Amino acid sequence: MSYTKPSFSHPALPRNKVGYLKRDYEGAISTLCAGCGHDSISATIVQACYELNIEPHHLAKLSGIGCSSKTPTYFMSNSHGFNSVHGRMPSIATGANMANKNLIYLGVSGDGDTASIGMGQFVHVIRRNLNMTYIVMNNGCYGLTKGQDSATADFGSVSKSGGGESTPFQAIDLVGMAMELNASFVARSFSGDKTQLLPLLKAAMSHQGFAFIDVISPCVTFNNNTGSTKAYDYVRDHIDVLGSLDFIPKEDEIKVDYDQGTEKVITLFDDTKISLSKLAQDWDPTDKYSARDKLVQSKKDGHILTGLLYIDPTSKDLHQILNTVDTPLNQLQETDLYPGDDVLEVINQGFR
Amino acid sequence: MRDSDSVNDFVIRFANVNGTGSASANGLFAKAIFRSGIPVSPKNIFPSNIQGLPTWYEVRVSEKGYLGRRDGIDLLVGVNPQSLKDDIKSVISGGYFVYDSSKKLHDEFLREDIHMLGIPMMRLSMDNYEVPRHQQLFKNIIYLGVVLALLDIDVKIVQTLIEEQFASKPKLVPPNFKALDIGYQYARDHFRCPLPFRVEKRDLIGDQILIDGNTATALGAIYGGSTMMAWYPITPSTSVAKAYETYGKKLLVDQETGKKKYAFIQAEDELAAIGMVIGASWNGVRAFTSTSGAGISLMSEFIGLAYFAEIPVFLVNVQRGGPSTGMPTRTQQGDIMSSAYASHGDTKHPLLLPSTPTECFEMSALGLDLADRLQTPVFLMSDLDLGMNDHLTEPLKWDKNRKYDRGKVLTAADLEKPDLDWGRYLDIDGDGIPYRTIPGTHPSKGGYFTRGTSRDEYAKYTEKGEVYQRNVDRLTVKWNTTKELVPAPEYYQEENRGSHGIIFYGTTSYAAIEAMDIFKEEEQIIDAMRLKAFPFGEEVLSFIRDHKEVFVIEQNKDGQMRSLLINELNINPSKLISVLNYNGYPITSDHIVNEIGEYLSVNELVNLHSS
Repeated sequence: MSYTKPSFSHPALPRNKVGYLKRDYEGAISTLCAGCGHDSISATIVQACYELNIEPHHLAKLSGIGCSSKTPTYFMSNSHGFNSVHGRMPSIATGANMANKNLIYLGVSGDGDTASIGMGQFVHVIRRNLNMTYIVMNNGCYGLTKGQDSATADFGSVSKSGGGESTPFQAIDLVGMAMELNASFVARSFSGDKTQLLPLLKAAMSHQGFAFIDVISPCVTFNNNTGSTKAYDYVRDHIDVLGSLDFIPKEDEIKVDYDQGTEKVITLFDDTKISLSKLAQDWDPTDKYSARDKLVQSKKDGHILTGLLYIDPTSKDLHQILNTVDTPLNQLQETDLYPGDDVLEVINQGFR
Repeated sequence: MRDSDSVNDFVIRFANVNGTGSASANGLFAKAIFRSGIPVSPKNIFPSNIQGLPTWYEVRVSEKGYLGRRDGIDLLVGVNPQSLKDDIKSVISGGYFVYDSSKKLHDEFLREDIHMLGIPMMRLSMDNYEVPRHQQLFKNIIYLGVVLALLDIDVKIVQTLIEEQFASKPKLVPPNFKALDIGYQYARDHFRCPLPFRVEKRDLIGDQILIDGNTATALGAIYGGSTMMAWYPITPSTSVAKAYETYGKKLLVDQETGKKKYAFIQAEDELAAIGMVIGASWNGVRAFTSTSGAGISLMSEFIGLAYFAEIPVFLVNVQRGGPSTGMPTRTQQGDIMSSAYASHGDTKHPLLLPSTPTECFEMSALGLDLADRLQTPVFLMSDLDLGMNDHLTEPLKWDKNRKYDRGKVLTAADLEKPDLDWGRYLDIDGDGIPYRTIPGTHPSKGGYFTRGTSRDEYAKYTEKGEVYQRNVDRLTVKWNTTKELVPAPEYYQEENRGSHGIIFYGTTSYAAIEAMDIFKEEEQIIDAMRLKAFPFGEEVLSFIRDHKEVFVIEQNKDGQMRSLLINELNINPSKLISVLNYNGYPITSDHIVNEIGEYLSVNELVNLHSS
């Protein structure tokens, strides 16, 4: 079941530049567990889309199967949504994106959906640099089937469903993997840190190419216990924030002088700018090798590294790689596609 | 025993080693018959291999226009030592075996009842060409020259074909001409030419073309407006993708910018290929994929989603020998059931059943229309024989004024209508087909959630049993609408005359049509119907009702179409008798005539005893 919210609103509520209320970006009332990290992420998505002045019908929200994949019902109810099959959201997103390059594609997945059955499609959508934002709501467990370990559960982590036993397998680190596969935008965040997640989401959705955000999102029911490395307390204790990100819309000028060495401004393809401050000395977000080193080092230190780790603002997305026409393919008509009189007879003649 | 003198009626087989360039020489032979104005039907019988294994190219030449396979090889050109023994055995008594006598043939291979014609092909090639690779390639052209002399084929026709083939590399023309002449002269000098069976020019081709079904399928998709193809390599469907890409580059490129009006993606697997097609179709383009049986198995979960969420999908299934990896380079009609009922739960899908490349072209465009009209997966059921072999077929035609049938898609203006009560899964017209919207159409109307879970008429998730049931019952209404939209069967008589009938479909038609002529000669009255689609309409049921017994001829082991007829039309199983061929080679008319003849004669005896 999904429950809709009341539709009345106060007339003085602020509208964004395209005339929408924040409420226009909301969805049905969540049926996830009270306190679920995923709901915080949904709320941040609503905020990001509102602030980015995205018209709801210019965004398509796509997901696979699982708790995380249910969330598109809980935000952007005026947008088209697609809850596909387990682990196969990337292929749906790829096809959808090929049909219309002018929409924004927001994919939502979970650690079960991405790191197991969906691994094949995940790595290939990165490889194609599809222009989309891909969020993994990562709680280290299969919530919807009562808390079994997922492939991102850390070695030694203890979950409620494990009956006190710790995870005997090594975890798959999706961020490390995305870096290794040359994803053009890689970030990690925490559902409990909206201040960090909001600009990251805005930057990801403004990035042309594949933007990956791994969001640690504790499962309050099955994996928020002592001994779990995906519990709120554990994540708060071990989080390491890599710089802080400011998202600067293209119409805003950058007024602050920034200090080279500790701050970096990156211009995205549509002239939007992002500014990263408090840069670590040995890290440059546009240098994938320094980002990889940083990631490896923090893992070694037992820290959960968050923030925008890497961005390549100049990468070519799949449409550029395939060299498709500027008009969205779903707008081409018979007149655009008919090969012309006599062409078929010439083809026939070639087979005589 | 081979009949004595005859014209334009024989089967020739070339036995080669895969990867030695023989395909080009053999193709020239088939094209030479075509250009001589005589119906021809070449079949490539190839291994799952790139180089080294045996491969055969069998060509039937038939003045009467029979394009199915025929039992018995009249002339075999055997240049593969690996298969020599079996090749010699396969020649019909009184037939001819042409071989490379550069090395002496072992005595045990010799047969008294056939003519053994030895030509020192390799030696002739080595005497005339220096580069080892050339020696191998021109050996093929040398045996082609031999065959031209033996069968009295006009050399000029082949010379013209060679000139056309090497139009961009004219340097290659003279050495090819030379090789052709070496073989031709050797045969004339050493054997009685022509053989008792030979070729005489005719004018029986008209404006027909010689094309493979996969190329025609891809062209049909392009003319039908498909701008997105996602696929994964699998024999025998790969050449559909190849042809789509080749013709896409020619026909679907913006002349000014050089940019492509299509997206062509080689997916990581079939699961992703079908997912991409679903995503693209959902977002308003005509997308398709091509695969074979194993691919359909992999795609089945997504096919169920497209069926239940009602998303147009066009799939081309070029069937090969199954199950599992089966016989990947041999033909079969073995995916009828797995395609008709693909995916879990109650699912059913329309199948289009082409039997010629021209029908591949037409049904490919039609399949895109039907997928949009019905908002469901639609299958084009080709097979390896149809897809990968050249077939003599009517030229491809397209009405320049033809519009795509995009089905029930609401525009922004439609959504603005004040009295509109729209629900994504609401049956407004009573035909079971709801209206859909494409993402991005309207700022505040038409958005909905697509899912594979149960939902109500307005696309809202529900677990209420009665709402679920109402929805799937509407799908039954839609299925009944489908019956009126798919192509009707074809009949081969004005009205039913006899107590027995035959039903066939796809590439089985070639042999079945020839079998019908044989029955006619024997004054046996057998009515015939060719299925062109599933679901079956009322007329299929009438045909079966009108006959005491009906033979269902198909190329699989379990009689899958027969099962489908029984299941879908509630037929008494004892009325439908299977005539089956499932050895991977295209079915022959002899097989059909023998099976049916035997059944009828045994039954006549039974009837005599019981009366």
